[in-house]
Amino acid sequence: MKNWIKSGAPWIWLNGGAVAVSMIMVVGLIGLIAVRGLAHFWPADVVEFTMSDEQGQEQIILGEVRRSEIIPAAVARDSGVVLPEGFDEGGTIERFLFKRGNRDIFNRDFAWYPDQGMSEWRYPEDALVLERRQWGDFIGYPVALEIEGEVVAEGATLIPHLQERVAESREAHDRIRSIERHDIGAINRALEGLRLEQRSLAANEELPTEQVAEELTRINIEEAQLQAQFRELRDEIDALRAETRRDQLKMRAADGQQVSIPLGDIVRATQPNAMNTAQKLGEYGSRFWDFVSGEPREANTEGGIFPAIFGTVTLVMVMSVIVTPFGILAAIYLREYARQGPLLRLIRISVYNLAGVPSIVFGVFGLGFFVYTMGGSIDQLFFSERLPAPTFGRPALIWGALTLALLTLPVVIVSTEEGLARIPSTVREGSLALGATKSETLWKVVVPLATPAMMTGLILAIARAAGEVAPLMLVGVVMLAPSLPIDGSFPYLHLDRSFMHLGFHIYDVGFQSPNVEAARPLVYATALILVLLIITLNLTAISVRNRLRERFRAESD
Amino acid sequence: MTISNEKIKLKTRDLNLYYGETQALNTINLDIAENRVTAFIGPSGCGKSTLLRCFNRMNDLVDICRIEGDITLDGESMYARGVDVAELRRKVGMVFQKPNPFPKSIYENVAYGLRLQGVKSKRVLDDSVEEALRGAALWDEVKDRLDINAFGLSGGQQQRLVIARAIAIQPEVILLDEPASALDPISTLKIEELIHDLKERYTILIVTHNMQQAARVSDYTAFMYMGDMVEFGVTNDIFTNPTKKQTEDYITGRYG
Repeated sequence: MKNWIKSGAPWIWLNGGAVAVSMIMVVGLIGLIAVRGLAHFWPADVVEFTMSDEQGQEQIILGEVRRSEIIPAAVARDSGVVLPEGFDEGGTIERFLFKRGNRDIFNRDFAWYPDQGMSEWRYPEDALVLERRQWGDFIGYPVALEIEGEVVAEGATLIPHLQERVAESREAHDRIRSIERHDIGAINRALEGLRLEQRSLAANEELPTEQVAEELTRINIEEAQLQAQFRELRDEIDALRAETRRDQLKMRAADGQQVSIPLGDIVRATQPNAMNTAQKLGEYGSRFWDFVSGEPREANTEGGIFPAIFGTVTLVMVMSVIVTPFGILAAIYLREYARQGPLLRLIRISVYNLAGVPSIVFGVFGLGFFVYTMGGSIDQLFFSERLPAPTFGRPALIWGALTLALLTLPVVIVSTEEGLARIPSTVREGSLALGATKSETLWKVVVPLATPAMMTGLILAIARAAGEVAPLMLVGVVMLAPSLPIDGSFPYLHLDRSFMHLGFHIYDVGFQSPNVEAARPLVYATALILVLLIITLNLTAISVRNRLRERFRAESD
Repeated sequence: MTISNEKIKLKTRDLNLYYGETQALNTINLDIAENRVTAFIGPSGCGKSTLLRCFNRMNDLVDICRIEGDITLDGESMYARGVDVAELRRKVGMVFQKPNPFPKSIYENVAYGLRLQGVKSKRVLDDSVEEALRGAALWDEVKDRLDINAFGLSGGQQQRLVIARAIAIQPEVILLDEPASALDPISTLKIEELIHDLKERYTILIVTHNMQQAARVSDYTAFMYMGDMVEFGVTNDIFTNPTKKQTEDYITGRYG
């Protein structure tokens, strides 16, 4: 025993144990998120069963099983489940959560059903799950496809015909979105520009009246042209809309109700019970892709998260561009030029302590200083014709990025300083001995050698910033952004726009959504994407650093 | 301590050096002959490296270091007001104990000093780099791989690269601070041969712990002890017939 302690083995076990526990926690967390999040996209089988109560009334239910739980019989009875005669009061019963969809006719799309009174489960081959643009999924049986009230397909020909028409209507929908977003967006911007021009003309009293009149006529003509273009596009959209509304799919719900669903509302139609594993895998991939590349619908509880991914990445990029030069320059000054003394120590301690300030405090500061003070001043100086509508004086990408840059500045400064301190003095002396001045030595020899350390700082900054939500809620993030922060219209990167963010999306979907059961898997899926995104950003930065390190290997290690 | 029949390149006059309160050099008066090798020997901490670093004002980098007295290079003061230190260091090059190449290619290492002086012409740079590498007896080993990173060279090659880097800017004096102490015997031999060749063109000052090395490469030897210049003279005399007991004890290995 004594020898065992002397040998150091307990220490090794202790250290190994610490690593093992950390690994289990990390892997467990990611595993949980991955399993829960990824399972959401699997086309689950649709179950049909009959519930019968003690009066002999029967109800047919059709839906996907979400999960089951075992509850005490007493609790079940209190919630209205009728237990058979002689059932042990102290026993337990199992109940299942079903997604029955059809929110428009049933009100609630998720419901619990107890084991008691439930018939055998059936898996009807022709059960059809429709993903809709509104009201959530519809689960039922297809009856007929109607075009302008006439039945065009029934029975065996229905499904292939339906898929064809759904694909067409999706295309039409995409076209409508693209017109609304790009063409009409551009017209609106041009009209807004003309309106501002008109306003500044009215405010300018120095111009001669005939010139003002001339300008006004020109503006009116241009405005009329734009309005004409706008009407044309409007008509095109209306035509496309009418086309998608014209065709309807007649469906029968589990309880026999017949419902007509316009094809324009259908995003995808699947018959999970009739699919084999390969088909399900294909469907899985397609749903996952829609999630990653699509836009959110129904208060973020359906559809995709692309704007949030895009917003997060853009935010982190803009933040990196801001924080890197600031942090590096500050660290170089602190380490190389500033006179070491009590004042410098104080500054350094303050900087290090910034890292410990709660992030919401940065958010409040960002709102007060960046958004209201700086943004307000920019509006006064450069966008006065738009006032009182704010341009920069409201939460926006640039303010979010600046706030995060402030938040992560200490990390970059500390790593850079440590990197600079690690450069051996012999290298500096070697350069100085060749007649280099201090700044030549710094920029040609010392700073290049410290770049791996600077990259380390940036990696830590990215890791911290990408996961930060609290301050962003105050300075730029929104639940639903009308447009992305980067697009095809000048100046391409719109720093004045608010944006969506994965972290905030998780909060919004998980805790602000009215439909808890529908949102739950999306929370996991979004969290998974956020974690993957952070890992990707980090790996990219780490590989850049490793390449730099390889170059300066002998000196930096 | 003076020497006869030689052109004097460097002169120290009443040089005192303090690290804070501690005096590290005590009133050093020394003449260094042009195109000769002068060796500094003595036990660790005797101040020989400190003295060497006075000749190109490397001690300026140490905040707490204070210097009294003066050193002249060709009769001109080094420590006077208004002396351009960078300019001085271009005339007095230095090679350190541990090879310290820059994280650049071999070519860029040698060209570094020239680029600092604003030399841009590719042809001038090419010629100077080749000349310097030949001067440091490294050209034949690296001429086919001038663009590889200098860290890829062996320790001995790195040290000769550093010497090439120093002579590329054509200094007048080269300071060598234990240039072979981190090298194997063969590399050491090469460096010693190199020193022998270099003294035709440069004034060389070398600090060494290795007395055989001092005896082999130098023309003059200075023995230092506790910040004092104990004895200075022609190398042969110092090693065969030292006048001071301390010197004799040191070179016969009785202490140090």
